[in-house]
Amino acid sequence: MTRDRRYLLPGFAAVLVLSAMLLDMRLAGVLALWFTAWALNAWLARNARGAITRFLVPTTFGATLLVLWEITVWTFAVSPVILPAPSVIGARFVADIPILWLDFVQTIIKGALSGLLIGSVLAIATALAIDRSAFLQRGLLPVGNFLAALPIVGTAPILVMWFGFGWQSKAAVVAVMVFFPILVNMVQGLKATDRLSRDLMHTYAASYSQSLLKLRLPAAMPFLFNGLKISSTLALIGAIVAEFFGSPVFGMGFRIKTSFGSFDLDLVWAEVAVAALAGSALYGVIALAERAVTFWHPAQRR
Amino acid sequence: MSEASSLSQPQAQDICAICLIVRRVFDAVAPIGTVLGVIVLVWYLACIPMNRAWIEDRAGASQTLAELIPAVWQQGSPVLPAPHQVGGALWETTIAEPPLRERRGELRGNPRSLIFHAYQTLAPTLLGFLVGTFAGMALATGIIHSRAMDLSVMPWAIASQMVPILAIAPMVIVVLSSLGVTGLFPKALISSYLSFFPVVVGMVKGLRSPSPMDMDLMRTYSASAAQIFWKLRLPASLPFLFASLKVGIAAALVGAIVAELPTGARFGLGARLLTGSYYSDTLMIWSALFMAAICAALLVGGLGLMERIMLRRMGARA
Repeated sequence: MTRDRRYLLPGFAAVLVLSAMLLDMRLAGVLALWFTAWALNAWLARNARGAITRFLVPTTFGATLLVLWEITVWTFAVSPVILPAPSVIGARFVADIPILWLDFVQTIIKGALSGLLIGSVLAIATALAIDRSAFLQRGLLPVGNFLAALPIVGTAPILVMWFGFGWQSKAAVVAVMVFFPILVNMVQGLKATDRLSRDLMHTYAASYSQSLLKLRLPAAMPFLFNGLKISSTLALIGAIVAEFFGSPVFGMGFRIKTSFGSFDLDLVWAEVAVAALAGSALYGVIALAERAVTFWHPAQRR
Repeated sequence: MSEASSLSQPQAQDICAICLIVRRVFDAVAPIGTVLGVIVLVWYLACIPMNRAWIEDRAGASQTLAELIPAVWQQGSPVLPAPHQVGGALWETTIAEPPLRERRGELRGNPRSLIFHAYQTLAPTLLGFLVGTFAGMALATGIIHSRAMDLSVMPWAIASQMVPILAIAPMVIVVLSSLGVTGLFPKALISSYLSFFPVVVGMVKGLRSPSPMDMDLMRTYSASAAQIFWKLRLPASLPFLFASLKVGIAAALVGAIVAELPTGARFGLGARLLTGSYYSDTLMIWSALFMAAICAALLVGGLGLMERIMLRRMGARA
């Protein structure tokens, strides 16, 4: 049984490549390259161990996809209007760094980051304000959960109308979008201590603020960071999408929208690359902060 | 709040069974009702400063508060429409307006009906969600059975959730329409893409959730990989699956709405938002927004109901 299975996948791959040869040599070439790279990856995954594999295998996979993308675009002469090659996008990225930087500052730093800051401060403040009322918490949790699932990005046209075309309206959209996920997580986090620890604080005759500062706020941090991680992506989406409804003549959403009009797709892809890098970086910073703040949590132990 | 505390005293409990039920319902509804009431109240109050400038522009600044307040709640094109105005606009565009109407001898969608626009957005959402869910479940099945797939794909699946994928959505539509593909399919593609990764991540977690003890038991029965999958892994993964399905369908709806934005779509909730923002028609924006919220609530609620029924059938203790 195992003997048969070992030849099943390579055999299937060979048949596929051979039949593709009859149709189109280029297709056969692309398929052959894909299966070779996959075999290399499978071999790596089987035979290497440890941190190197964890890094090497996904990197090989990603690199394979990029190379295949490049080769497919060139050999099949795909129109750059439909899909530009990664090398073209890379060249455009380097050539247009001043424009991309301008857009990045406008959309990510002024719009997304300030909105994320405002929204999370408001959410944490609200969670603390209703901390003493179990009644309000019981009402707010379902309502907040419900609102967090709604397409809040739809408020963008309204907020653009209120706050104008500048970065302020983008920050407002982001603040509204991130408010509910963070609020719900923070309220849950403040409830996350167990009875034993609370009783201990009580026997120490700790005041409300003491037990909040020393016990319940630290215990809420993993929940808060969970909310922040969800919100980091939402913040970028909100800032970019809000620009579709009106913006000054720069900004990532504006650039994406206008570059469509002129079918300047390599610039759009370069903006998408910026958004991807910014999203990963923001997530990374939040994850690092989490590790520093919640070093005591089991999930952070190595 | 005072009723709730007086009712929680012990003697209130054994008056009668009906009181108990009433109390349970009250306990569940009262906090939510209070929060919703506060939101509506704040909304009405916010209308006063937001709409004041316009009223004073027309009728002069010498308005007394008693004259001002009814005016700001009934203004024709308000900066912030009052809740009852949004409700009225919703009523006019859904119940009072037929979703289909006859035009040039054939039955077509009525572009004045919000139900028609909601359908234009919901159809690609659901189609894309189904495709994305099944593709995600298939990939998750591959990932748990192949170490190579796990190591190569999983980091990218997780990383893709940190990337604002939605920014690509309009691009996909433009690319596809330049290929001659228009209508339902491009939007469905975006929805499927957005619901795909949450399902992969959740499903992998779920399929790995059986404890080593359960897995060992299956092995002592000399169960094959397929048997372990169908009888142990798949049922165990359902709670995880449903959690990510709810995330996925909300993302799919947002994707379908956003996909309509920069591409000049004429029908759909996103197109309605864009039209409203062009003509500064706040009531149109707010009613489209509420329609989107109602759709999201129905979709997520429907999934929640399905989850409860399925888990109960499988004998889960609620």
